[in-house]
Amino acid sequence: MTTPQEQNFMRKISAEEKIEPKDWMPDAYRKNLIRQISQHAHSEVIGMQPEGNWLTRAPSLRRKAILLSKIQDEAGHGLYLYSACETLGISRSEMIEQLQSGAAKYSSIFNYPTLTWADVGAIGWLVDGAAIVNQVSLQRTSYGPYSRGMIRICKEESFHQRQGYEAMLALAKGSEGQKAMAQDALDRFYWPALMMFGPHDSESAHSQKSMEWKIKRETNDDLRQKFVDQTVQQIEVLGLEHPDKNIKWNEERGHYDSSDLNWDEFWSVINGNGHCNRQRVEHHIAAHDEGEWVRDAITAYNEKKRAKKAQHAA
Amino acid sequence: MSDQIKQATLEYTTRLGDDSVVLGHRISEWVSYGPFLEEDIAYGNVSLDYIGRARMFYTYAAELADDGRDEDDFAYMRNDREYRNLLLMELPKGDFAYSQVRQLFADVYYTLMLPELLQSKDETLSAIAAKAIKETKYHLRRSRDWVLRLGDGTEESHQRAQKAVDQLWGYTHEMFDMDETEQLLADAGIGVDVAGLRDRWLQMVTDILMQATLEVPEESWAVRGGRTGYHTENLGHMLTEMQIVHRSHPGCKW
Repeated sequence: MTTPQEQNFMRKISAEEKIEPKDWMPDAYRKNLIRQISQHAHSEVIGMQPEGNWLTRAPSLRRKAILLSKIQDEAGHGLYLYSACETLGISRSEMIEQLQSGAAKYSSIFNYPTLTWADVGAIGWLVDGAAIVNQVSLQRTSYGPYSRGMIRICKEESFHQRQGYEAMLALAKGSEGQKAMAQDALDRFYWPALMMFGPHDSESAHSQKSMEWKIKRETNDDLRQKFVDQTVQQIEVLGLEHPDKNIKWNEERGHYDSSDLNWDEFWSVINGNGHCNRQRVEHHIAAHDEGEWVRDAITAYNEKKRAKKAQHAA
Repeated sequence: MSDQIKQATLEYTTRLGDDSVVLGHRISEWVSYGPFLEEDIAYGNVSLDYIGRARMFYTYAAELADDGRDEDDFAYMRNDREYRNLLLMELPKGDFAYSQVRQLFADVYYTLMLPELLQSKDETLSAIAAKAIKETKYHLRRSRDWVLRLGDGTEESHQRAQKAVDQLWGYTHEMFDMDETEQLLADAGIGVDVAGLRDRWLQMVTDILMQATLEVPEESWAVRGGRTGYHTENLGHMLTEMQIVHRSHPGCKW
């Protein structure tokens, strides 16, 4: 038995109408969105750390400026997404608590360390590249604030991918040492980037319901295939070796065939065995705790101002 | 442009570039360490402004030097003894109060100095000043607001802000020192007579500190040396980190 509210909700979903914050929605839809959007926001925020790791060592002033600007954008994306998520009835401080307690996740890609300057290029190219494939699809997501946030974010992300690829190109066309650095970064980040699309559809816990509600618009495997396909030629232009020795064009499918991924490693890193899982969360907690006296100062200052104003009025 | 003036302008432009890159670098150390997300963004933004200024000053310095060097050679291929930045800029980031008080001192300085540089007979320096003035207006609004909130916030924030003022005060004096190079350029209408800015700087800073319920230090300690390359121990470490990748791959493009 479906209620009239449920029928109306499903009618909107079928008609590609956006669901807005004040509209009725099933609890599970709300929960599912909070999980996905907050995870996305946390990813933007935690993602500042591996790139920030190279801010003070960027090899030219131009690269330093680009990296600063990019990280600033990521923080901005975190802000839009926290705001979009707040429209579902959860506060930013609750979301931060969930991140710090481990109740909420962030993209596992950021549990991998950034070891050389080339990793900054690889992240822009592959990690942001994979994120864009996913986000382009999410521009059509059924929840209005999330969809509008994605449209805005996609514009900036495509700049990020270009700068990452351009940084890799400079290395790949540079000295032997630079080229080796680029190859090493590609070898390390290629596989985790493919895993960013999530497990196979058959293994994905949230996929089916998310597709039905049009929170997700394309399956993990379809999105991953798009990314595999678009990356082949990019690697060729760089003149680097493809990390997947089994990559092969399949005329019949119209796609590249590729090796299966090492899902044991994927789950192992998600479950805490990455190089940086603890470090990333500890860093966030430490900065947040150190900032407590600053946040307290604002509150105290604003209260003093209010009290003075009230006294003045009386 | 006479050779003497050209040499002096090169030296002067390099100094201004050094101030910008060093402070910009210190501010960038805050990214992902701010008290909340909006501050991470603000720090990134301010840092970016200073790195942008450094690039403009160094590009002009490279043009004046005309010896095949580019902006990155100025930033990455000089040692700490060759850097000519003010000591205030190179001090470690410290806590949030320390960084904001340093920023206030620098922002008030630039608020006074840049409009003078805008009047420079040197068109390039004037153009850089024109761009930087707009940025500094926003920077000062932010650092002033923060010093007010911290000074007149909680007991803890007040103490931290006062400690920062006391610890940084001795590094502010050399901002107003003139040497032969700067005097030559000031007389030629190219450089700024910073000695003449001191009273106004003190007045503006005093007003803000008093409003923030903070005390203006009375001690007369003063540390000097940035403009002659006589730095604190901090700059060497900062440059080691900043220059490591660039210097590990000599002659490479990035």
